[in-house]
Amino acid sequence: MCGIVGLYLKNPQLEAQLGKLFEPMLEAMTDRGPDSAGFAIYGDEVADGWVKLTLQSTTDGFDFHALMSALEGQLGCSLDWFQNATAAVLKVNIDEASARAALAELAPELRIMSAGQSIEILKGMGLPREISQRFGLAGMKGSHIIGHTRMATESAVTMEGSHPFSTGADLCLVHNGSLSNHFRLRQELKREGITFETDNDTEVAAGYLTWRLQQGDSLKEALDNSLENLDGFYTFAIGTRNGFAVIRDPIACKPAILAETDDYVAMASEYQALSSLPGIENAKIWEPAPATLYVWERESA
Amino acid sequence: MKTIDLSTASVRDLNQALHDQVNNVEDREWVVTHSNGKHNLAVGVNEAVSIDIQGHAGYYCAGMNQKASITVHGNVGVGCAENMMSGYVRVKGSASQAAGATAHGGLLVIEGDAGARCGISMKGVDIVVGGSIGHMSCFMGQAGRLVVCGDAGDALGDSLYETHIYVKGKVESLGSDCIEKEMRAEHLEELQELLNRAGFAHQASDFKRYGSARQLYNFKVDNASAY
Repeated sequence: MCGIVGLYLKNPQLEAQLGKLFEPMLEAMTDRGPDSAGFAIYGDEVADGWVKLTLQSTTDGFDFHALMSALEGQLGCSLDWFQNATAAVLKVNIDEASARAALAELAPELRIMSAGQSIEILKGMGLPREISQRFGLAGMKGSHIIGHTRMATESAVTMEGSHPFSTGADLCLVHNGSLSNHFRLRQELKREGITFETDNDTEVAAGYLTWRLQQGDSLKEALDNSLENLDGFYTFAIGTRNGFAVIRDPIACKPAILAETDDYVAMASEYQALSSLPGIENAKIWEPAPATLYVWERESA
Repeated sequence: MKTIDLSTASVRDLNQALHDQVNNVEDREWVVTHSNGKHNLAVGVNEAVSIDIQGHAGYYCAGMNQKASITVHGNVGVGCAENMMSGYVRVKGSASQAAGATAHGGLLVIEGDAGARCGISMKGVDIVVGGSIGHMSCFMGQAGRLVVCGDAGDALGDSLYETHIYVKGKVESLGSDCIEKEMRAEHLEELQELLNRAGFAHQASDFKRYGSARQLYNFKVDNASAY
């Protein structure tokens, strides 16, 4: 099963309430995915030349203070950071590759969940309510957010196997469904230099998109290619720096519903996740067509 | 009239109260409020009661209905009125996929659109859709009538048996063994009667009829490529 939810604000005045509006949407999908949950929130952008990384420790009590002091000394550039439960958001005035290399050396046990100028990915095992409370979702601000509640069918329940999966700078993927050709595709992508941390099928879809985008595809081209090369049942929601996209496989067994008002576009696996949104009674509500890409994006910042 | 408010009562409370009406009817009229897309509303009702669901409903709403008249003042999720045996279900909004799946009898009216696989394996129900229907609708339809006042998606009536299909608008494509057929007097008559019963002001003569070419009823090796 699994549940997907997404909320994209058209009205910037609602940005302070993004987390508060989104929390009940995520929790409404508990029945579809009680194993683990996560979300990717966009906002609080760093300036050009900076990179924002979300770091996650798999254990409690990781000493982020010590790491950040060491990192500042090693990189010799300004950085800013804050801790959120077992995660930390790091903003650093250097290129992504250098930041990743330094982190790999100083703290190889940390996982880098996301990288970009806007995105923060937070996820973990447990009920959606536990995840949203652990990370203080209700108090978060931003322009858009996508989330996932997981009922594991293809691989182990772990923090790393939770969604969303990063697919490149400011990009991420959540998935409801299952892929049947992920094993072979994983081998092919490994030969192309894509690395994987889990046996999860969605990570293969994320790796596939990462690879296509590296090859120069636009997001639309990459998703059109995914319709050709990913075999299975899926509804995907993809977060981008400026918005989000939704696509379903050509058979479209996995559910999806969209709602749009003057204030927002919302996406969910089931209507009940939308029922708490303001003005939903008068929203335009429809199911996305099979094998059709839907994208909402703001003008590039 | 009995009102059940689902912001305080559970779905199980609602369905149990409806099941308790069998042979011992306390109320003929039921109203359900704050449905908010909950699943399994008014499932397995087996008495001639009227149920008004004032909002959207989730999956399998009015499933296995017998005798009851159920109106949803909103949209419904997957499998509305699936396996209905008799009675009447009316959806004022749109329906997700597999509306009326495997249903044996009764009348299902959807005022808006229906998603993919509407009427899949229908076995005698009548389904009238005011808008359009999605792909793979009426797959393996065995009996009953499917009426579509808008358009139909890909592969309509694939592997069809004896369901009568009537579409007013465009059909994206026909499935294996489904063909357009001549509209004879008895078809105009049954279609007009269904449109009238559903409350839609369309003329039967504006519709086209589709049915089975009856080539895939039994396996013949010559047809292997069509399966």
